[in-house]
Amino acid sequence: MYLPQSRGPYSGWVRRRMLGMDAGRAPAAPEPDTMLDDPDVQLALWMLYEVHFQGFEEAEEGIEWDLGLLAFRQVLEVPFETVLRDVGAPLRRPRATARIVDGLRDLIAQAPDPGLARFLQRKANADQFVDFLKQRSVYHLKEADAHSFVLPRVRGGVKVALAEVQYDEYGAGRVDRLHQDLFAKALIACGLDGQYGRYVDSADAATLASSNALSLFCLHRRHRGAALGHLAAFESTSSIPCRRISQGAERLELPGEVFDYFDEHVEADAVHEQIAVTDLCGALVVHEPELATDVLLGAEVCLQLGARADQALLDRWAGETGPRWEVA
Amino acid sequence: MTLEPGPRVTACEDGPLLVRGADQWPGPDGEPVRIDRPVVAVCRCLRSQRLPWCDGTHKFGASSPKD
Repeated sequence: MYLPQSRGPYSGWVRRRMLGMDAGRAPAAPEPDTMLDDPDVQLALWMLYEVHFQGFEEAEEGIEWDLGLLAFRQVLEVPFETVLRDVGAPLRRPRATARIVDGLRDLIAQAPDPGLARFLQRKANADQFVDFLKQRSVYHLKEADAHSFVLPRVRGGVKVALAEVQYDEYGAGRVDRLHQDLFAKALIACGLDGQYGRYVDSADAATLASSNALSLFCLHRRHRGAALGHLAAFESTSSIPCRRISQGAERLELPGEVFDYFDEHVEADAVHEQIAVTDLCGALVVHEPELATDVLLGAEVCLQLGARADQALLDRWAGETGPRWEVA
Repeated sequence: MTLEPGPRVTACEDGPLLVRGADQWPGPDGEPVRIDRPVVAVCRCLRSQRLPWCDGTHKFGASSPKD
């Protein structure tokens, strides 16, 4: 993909540095309180993570390990991690002592839901549906990739279970079933561009923050518990919304590729949910009990940041900031 | 090398059966439904809208799945 356009001092600094230009002094650390809503800061962090995935056409491949960029990533990650740890912390604490599988299921049962899937199912117009696809392309065109970084950091049955989920995400041996490509096909069928990273320039702060939280968890070995908790929460809150969204695509008579993408996830994610909660998170905590709190942290962050991203889209379509769902 | 014996079935607590290595499973009308996934989740609560497969609906409601 090409480097996104600058949206302010943070993403501007990262962009110049990645282009090999004299970027000058890096901006100071952002305030934790506002950074989830700051598109400039979230885009900067998204770019800093992206060099570990597909990277950027105009940048040298070696910038993945550029010490200036890595140092700046840390400057952004420290307050970002602080914010994420605050997200829903009071809800999470008492559950850490319970059985992890029950703790996760409790969290998931109480997941905030602003109603985006229902809106897409019943009310959205085609423009809104397309807008949704563009925002979600930031994640879905690299769907499952972040969790592949976790594979070498876990052992035994946990590794087997993660590989089983990833195998399915990556098409289960069939190139025409690779989930990220199914999403690209859906975009193209709607007359959009299926190229990786194409719509990052129009991604809102909440969408970028949601993607960044996952990258943070998956790129740091110490966050492996949170990475797996995130996966469990994501998969456990996917089947039913995907069914609703696929029905919305049918209602609007969107191309069949859109229906296919979401329909595929109804059955696939019902399987992944069971594997992720029990065989991944449950087994991880048996081997490393001290990771229980991190597993719940990852799940909570997934649910809360996912809800914020959903709400941001609904707000935009409402043309106003209606009753907002707040981070706990 | 030993061959894997038939499908492997695992019951999930308060959830579906996970079935690995099967190429078909009985549908709601008793007719076999073809499987083209390495693992499928078979509904046990019978509230799924895509029987015989789980669609996550069991999470709504407290009753335990029945065999």
